[in-house]
Amino acid sequence: MSSNIVAILYLLSALLFIFALRGLSHPESSRLGNIFGIIGMIIAVITTLMFKSVLSYTEIGIAIFIGGSIGTFIAFKIEMTALPQLVAAFHSLVGLAAVFVAAAAFYDPSSFNIGEIGSIKKSSLIEMSIGTFIGAITFSGSVLAFGKLQGTISGKPIVFKFQHFINLLIFILIVFLIIYFVFDQGPSIFWSIVLISILLGILVVLPIGGADMPVVVSMLNSYSGWAACGIGFTLSNNLLIITGALVGASGAILSYIMSKGMNRSIINVVLGGFGGEQSIDNSEQSEDKIIKQGSAEDAAYIMKNAESVIIVPGYGMAVAQAQHALREMADLLKQEGIKVRYAIHPVAGRMPGHMNVLLAEANVPYEEVLELDEINPDFPMNEVSFVIGANDVTNPAAKTDQSSPIYGMPILDVEKSQTVLFVKRSMATGYSGVDNELFYRDNTTMLFGDAKKMCENIVKELGK
Amino acid sequence: MEAHSSEIFVVGLTVFSLACIIGYYVVWSVTPALHSPLMGVTNAISSVIIVGAILAAGPNDFEISKIFGLIAVVLASVNIFGGFIVTYRMLSMFKKKRKKKN
Repeated sequence: MSSNIVAILYLLSALLFIFALRGLSHPESSRLGNIFGIIGMIIAVITTLMFKSVLSYTEIGIAIFIGGSIGTFIAFKIEMTALPQLVAAFHSLVGLAAVFVAAAAFYDPSSFNIGEIGSIKKSSLIEMSIGTFIGAITFSGSVLAFGKLQGTISGKPIVFKFQHFINLLIFILIVFLIIYFVFDQGPSIFWSIVLISILLGILVVLPIGGADMPVVVSMLNSYSGWAACGIGFTLSNNLLIITGALVGASGAILSYIMSKGMNRSIINVVLGGFGGEQSIDNSEQSEDKIIKQGSAEDAAYIMKNAESVIIVPGYGMAVAQAQHALREMADLLKQEGIKVRYAIHPVAGRMPGHMNVLLAEANVPYEEVLELDEINPDFPMNEVSFVIGANDVTNPAAKTDQSSPIYGMPILDVEKSQTVLFVKRSMATGYSGVDNELFYRDNTTMLFGDAKKMCENIVKELGK
Repeated sequence: MEAHSSEIFVVGLTVFSLACIIGYYVVWSVTPALHSPLMGVTNAISSVIIVGAILAAGPNDFEISKIFGLIAVVLASVNIFGGFIVTYRMLSMFKKKRKKKN
């Protein structure tokens, strides 16, 4: 096939990828977008298989079959609550694949037209090592993020002294290694870059706490794109460059949205090492405050007699798998003629859009699910706010208390509604370690217990 | 030779810059409710790195680079199939809901 036809087919595939992302602007067009993405990928793979140098169809076919079966199996089996760790695991594979492609290009440069062993073009060496560096960081960072999300590694941030300084030193070391590699071209240098980048990936994610994972997952999403980009430059392949840039931009924007949702700076995020510094001790002052505790019966009574209810879900709902019971409750309320809506904070859950997917899984119509900006003006007119498994995203201290670690974080204005119902397992603070003054307000009723059981009990009460 | 390779780099850089801008606008137009599927689909398409992996795995003679290529093909395939399918699963949940059965 002539190189022009190849270039055009690759361009077509890149355009289809752009349409795949564009389709996601609305749920109705999104499924078509996904199909565009699949077609784009098929075109890219078939075009590459047509290359004169590609001969070993059997081995490649087997490799695709093995990988495809594993991917298909996992994707069909995974629970929607476990999506964040699945995405993290997938990111790690992209990173690792990037490292292997770079290694292959390094050991067999002539197949990629970048020179001969020992005399690879300098520009290619730079691109290759940058791709390797980002790929290796993505790999180890994602593996660690996966462990934290899955719970195999403690979700608590692990902090030690001079963390940033050590990370910086390692980064400088990698830069020097890359420069040395460009002149030396030695395999040992190449693998040193890989190993040290893997170490850096671990160190970057280590200090990040469980609830900050939406930022990390999006950040790693972005890195996996830049890694593909680096490989694209090495192979002078525009399709890889375009796709890598799209993914990189996507992840970067998501990280930006997430960090804004937590009022953290993007630089803070990129450098890693956040979520560990807050250990504010509020326990003594909360001792003497009075809380009002209620039962499922009370909650059912309160909501039944309201005109409008806004449900605010958080990670606790996902942990308890309460989305189905919650939707049942909402259905019963709607039968009573009560207006029920859902309010989603940008950082609710463990990945961007996590809550939306869980609610969609439970058959909640997406028209009832609103974003922070859309729903906030409605809280003052709202009768009951039903907060389930969320905490910090409702804390008014973010608006009033300048000394609070979450000061400046955009929150859902649940305190403006007439009554607030809080479903919580205990009085423990949220991830930020800040006490929520909302618990002690007169119009707040605490519903202690497992989120799912509480919803089921409320459903029973409503049915009476 | 050097001038030629720098030319290729500049072309790549042009493509890269324009793609970043397209990515910026396209991603901002994605509705926040679909941010999880967005991650699923970007994850799948970033595995287009399989193109490089196939080229590495292509030659008939068995060398270390071919093994690296084949490993990368397996890894990228997991992602391609897994990414698209999980996105499909997510998106099919966002279908317009009929009026409740009861």
